[in-house]
Amino acid sequence: MKLYGIASSTCTGRVLLSLFEKEVEDFELVIVNVRKGEGKKPEYIKLQPFGLIPVLEDGDLTLYESRAIIRYIANKYEGQGTALYGKDIKERAKVDQWLEVEGQNFNSAIRSSLGVVSKPPIDEVQLTETFGKLGKVLDIYEEHLSKTQYLAGDFFSLADLSHMTTGWKLFDKYKQGSILFEGRPHVKAWWENISSRPAFKKLLEMI
Amino acid sequence: MKVYGMPYSTCTVRVLTTLAEKDEEGYEIVPIDLQVGAHKSPEFLKLQPFGAIPVLQDGNLTLFESRAIARYIAEKFEGKGTALFGKTVEERALVNQWLEVESHSFNPLIEPLVVQLVFAPMRGKEPVESVVKDHTYRLEKLLDIYEAHLSENKYLAGDFFSLADLSHIPYTFYLINVAKKGAAFTSRKHVNAWWEDISSRPAWKKVAAL
Repeated sequence: MKLYGIASSTCTGRVLLSLFEKEVEDFELVIVNVRKGEGKKPEYIKLQPFGLIPVLEDGDLTLYESRAIIRYIANKYEGQGTALYGKDIKERAKVDQWLEVEGQNFNSAIRSSLGVVSKPPIDEVQLTETFGKLGKVLDIYEEHLSKTQYLAGDFFSLADLSHMTTGWKLFDKYKQGSILFEGRPHVKAWWENISSRPAFKKLLEMI
Repeated sequence: MKVYGMPYSTCTVRVLTTLAEKDEEGYEIVPIDLQVGAHKSPEFLKLQPFGAIPVLQDGNLTLFESRAIARYIAEKFEGKGTALFGKTVEERALVNQWLEVESHSFNPLIEPLVVQLVFAPMRGKEPVESVVKDHTYRLEKLLDIYEAHLSENKYLAGDFFSLADLSHIPYTFYLINVAKKGAAFTSRKHVNAWWEDISSRPAWKKVAAL
């Protein structure tokens, strides 16, 4: 198996996390640095016509879109490592629901915030605005996580995992966003819980 | 089974079309009238805390996000109606891949276009030209990639119709058939052929008639 991408990319990291949770070691990371324009090379476009990372090559299968890849890994390695998709069809539906929430609601809000904090000097007005939007999403998470330990239920899943690489960038890499935990004790506890997982620490060693 | 939503809402339609493809009629539509703000009522927010439609209730399962609901229906009714997830783990992965492309690359470009060209005029507002121009340009570039792909594959995930194709139908219908601004699709030979094919399916025609 080959994974094309770079460990510091949030989307490649999402896939690496799922491989580590499933205790899969038999793969090669092929570095494709999109910041250096390597995603636009003709050989790479043949693999991923949109020029994005990551791509997974597994035998005859060439697969892109990180949230599709993590679902594939969860299905392929069912029964090995951490169960990432729940136990039955209803739990799986809940995992998919929160994967969609992450992809639709959380992701755009946190990316806007990351766009502001990654370009010093930080524009405080824009930061307040983007944190406001992210905060509204996290208010809903706070209410939900006061009733369940993880997003899809009382089990860790792809849904929680999918938040970790963008979350890490905001809270740990840029050391911003701790204000978002204020008044949201369940979100804070959830973040501290999932970010203490061994698979996550393994990813951080690579970045 | 209950589907909370509106028959004209694109995301509700995504779910209704999936049910139709699976030949499943055992459900009731519970209208949530967006015009009167029913989606923001305290009772509805208990079902869907983000205040969006649709929501599926199936026994003790309450599910939101149309693409998650569509996946659930495809899996629950596996073996009935159209196979929407392919036949193998690999085919299913490709269906998920193109569902993600639809969600993250296609939808952000076509949704604002439909809002400007269909929904804004319905509310008596003029389309914002710069938004229309910018999103049309980017949609055209995206459809160039679809064109190349569909010149080698009959459908997005391979040679079988799937949830990935279905998921593109609602907004595309609004742009081509309602706004009558579908040149980006109709000017590309394989994209056009793909659109003609998927929009002529009986399940879609049934839902479009609602």
